[in-house]
Amino acid sequence: MKKLPLFIAAGLVVSASAASARDYIEIVGSSTVYPFTTVVAETFGNKTKFKTPKIESTGTGGGAKLFCSGTGIDTPDITNASRRMKKSEFDTCQKNGVKDIIEVQVGFDGIAFANSKKAEQMTLTRKDIFLALAKTVPGKYEGELMLNPYKTWKDVNPELPDIKIEVLGPPPTSGTRDAFAELALEGGCKAFPAIAALKDTDKNLYKATCHEVREDGHFIEAGENDNLIVQKLEANPNALGVFGFSFLDQNSDKVHGSIIDGSELSFDSIADGDYPVSRPLYFYVKAAHIGKIPGIKEFLTEFVSEDSFGEDGYLLEKGLIPLSEEQRESFRAAATNMTPMSM
Amino acid sequence: MNKSTQIVEAGLQKRYAKEKRFRLYGLISILISLAFLVILLADIIGKGYPAFQQTYVKLDVTIDGEVLGLTAESPEDKLYSASYSKVIRNALREKFPGVTDRKQKRALSNLVSKSAAYELRDMVVENPNLIGTSGSYWFLAKDDVDVFMKGNIDRNLPESDRRIKDYQLEWIDTLVAENRLEKRFNTVLFTEADSREPEQAGIRGALMGSLYTMLITMCLAFPIGVAAATYLEEFAPQNNKWVDLIEININNLAAVPSIVFGLLGLAVYINFFGVPRSTPLVGGLVLTLMTLPTIIIASRAAIKAVPPSMREAALGLGASKVQTVFQHVLPMAMPGILTGTIIGMAQALGETAPLLMIGMIAFVSDIPQSIIDPSTVMPVQIYLWSDSPERAFTERTSAAIIVLLAFLITMNLVAIMLRKRFEKRW
Repeated sequence: MKKLPLFIAAGLVVSASAASARDYIEIVGSSTVYPFTTVVAETFGNKTKFKTPKIESTGTGGGAKLFCSGTGIDTPDITNASRRMKKSEFDTCQKNGVKDIIEVQVGFDGIAFANSKKAEQMTLTRKDIFLALAKTVPGKYEGELMLNPYKTWKDVNPELPDIKIEVLGPPPTSGTRDAFAELALEGGCKAFPAIAALKDTDKNLYKATCHEVREDGHFIEAGENDNLIVQKLEANPNALGVFGFSFLDQNSDKVHGSIIDGSELSFDSIADGDYPVSRPLYFYVKAAHIGKIPGIKEFLTEFVSEDSFGEDGYLLEKGLIPLSEEQRESFRAAATNMTPMSM
Repeated sequence: MNKSTQIVEAGLQKRYAKEKRFRLYGLISILISLAFLVILLADIIGKGYPAFQQTYVKLDVTIDGEVLGLTAESPEDKLYSASYSKVIRNALREKFPGVTDRKQKRALSNLVSKSAAYELRDMVVENPNLIGTSGSYWFLAKDDVDVFMKGNIDRNLPESDRRIKDYQLEWIDTLVAENRLEKRFNTVLFTEADSREPEQAGIRGALMGSLYTMLITMCLAFPIGVAAATYLEEFAPQNNKWVDLIEININNLAAVPSIVFGLLGLAVYINFFGVPRSTPLVGGLVLTLMTLPTIIIASRAAIKAVPPSMREAALGLGASKVQTVFQHVLPMAMPGILTGTIIGMAQALGETAPLLMIGMIAFVSDIPQSIIDPSTVMPVQIYLWSDSPERAFTERTSAAIIVLLAFLITMNLVAIMLRKRFEKRW
């Protein structure tokens, strides 16, 4: 057939490309860090003559799995994480020969509990959030757990308005959901001494109680798309939405964030650590690839420059909350000296 | 009048009514689907058409050699790495003197896109004699300014609720009054690849990625599919257990969820054969798997529809089996085969799920130059933009959908035209 040469050509290309080296940086990992890394990558690509890195948003766990799969040239060079690398992930890395990993903290991200501007701003505590959204809540007797019976915010806390609990949030595959469970729900459930005591006696039950979200229609999984949640909030003033701070920042004319534990959600309150539902963002670099893939060192330098993650840097415009000056200094030193992390 | 006529007449009214009702139902269902189509299109076009325009700002820039630390004789890499954003910033400060607040200073430099500095750099590298001169240049405006100029930010809202603050409004008003802000056709959308800055983002990268991917899919799926269909229809032994088994499997494959092909591609092409991730090559290979069953089924139907008399006539005149198939059966079946292929390809063009597994859902801001450069495809680009926080991406998402729809309509038109042109009636 006439197409036969094309097959052969395609076959040749495959074998040729497998042998030749990659000339661009490959980054995987968290979808929360993705909006920041992409901006740095683009600036790096524009400023220097290196190719622009390719960034996949695979989620923190998926990224770590790919990153730790080996030191071959076909494995990613950098992985983003919206939490610190777990010990188990670090061990997998070590086992697969990924010995030297450089850890860089980028900044913080806040999680907003926002509702439409047409409705009144909510003042919540983490305990309220836990009681309103957990699958099981403490019952009448000490240590008893019951299925969440609360229907309105007033049932949870008499000071709250008498409207139906309706929260739009991310699905379990999302990093935002993990952080929401860990920071907001667990933060609230620790307020009950009986549950807090479980942590030492029955770790699994503690985790289930503190992390499981109710499934009776009061918490609505609205998909990974935070823009969609904002749109739905606009249409339904009674609903509350859970999403990242950068979306709140961009849509400040449509939605406002709730006050949580007495702290209003703002740039400063996250940076100061007052706002309780915020998390650190990281990325990890495979030291073995420095020198093999062109540009990793320069990319690192760009990322940790004051221009990008500093107090006035361009990442701030994208909604990143910067680290303190000493923290920035220490991570910059780690990145430039390529000091590997230990666990 | 006999009895049966009476029965018929008694029921006639009812039967007419029934027929009328049935026609009405049909009409209603068509109207409902049309209404949905209109709503969908109106929504997409309504949201997307502003993206075909982009705001530009005119600045009086002095390319000061001292600020840049350059002379016209500086070597090229020095010209390349100088800080041109300073020049832009100075131009803006000159235009609006008296801005001292740090936040306002930052807002001031944010009137113009970051790409202005790179544009200026490229101009100077091209022509170093520009150093020391001044002139008026048009630059891309920042996305917030663009969104405002398109009327998507209400200036009557209280200041705290607006992305554009009062002082920024003042600057914009001044610029508008001096005719320094202008909306033009958004060429960036068609010449650039993805970017995190909405004003610099375009669909060229994704379009090229889609093109390369489709090219590979077509070069592989079409010959393999047609060959398989021809063999199964013309040469394979009839009523054979194995042939039946293959047939059932092909029909089954056509209904397998596409993500499964992605997983297969990850395991076989990437992990086993070492094909590079995120490239049109691996994307095309995976989509080939997905498209093959569609093409085989359509081609078999087309080949089956060629009347046996044609084959018999050819054989009777002394043609061999292969000659009969290639010179008579296949050309006659070609319109059907092509239609099936194009429909299969159109399906592949809109697919994202299998690409998720092979790393094509990625941020790629270089336009792919070959089938082994990292790239995305159109539907992935739409997905990525719809997930971005910046407001200006909303309209670009819809604009990308419009382009993709135009692409699909063209493909389907070609399918119809081919069918009309080569169709034979007997």
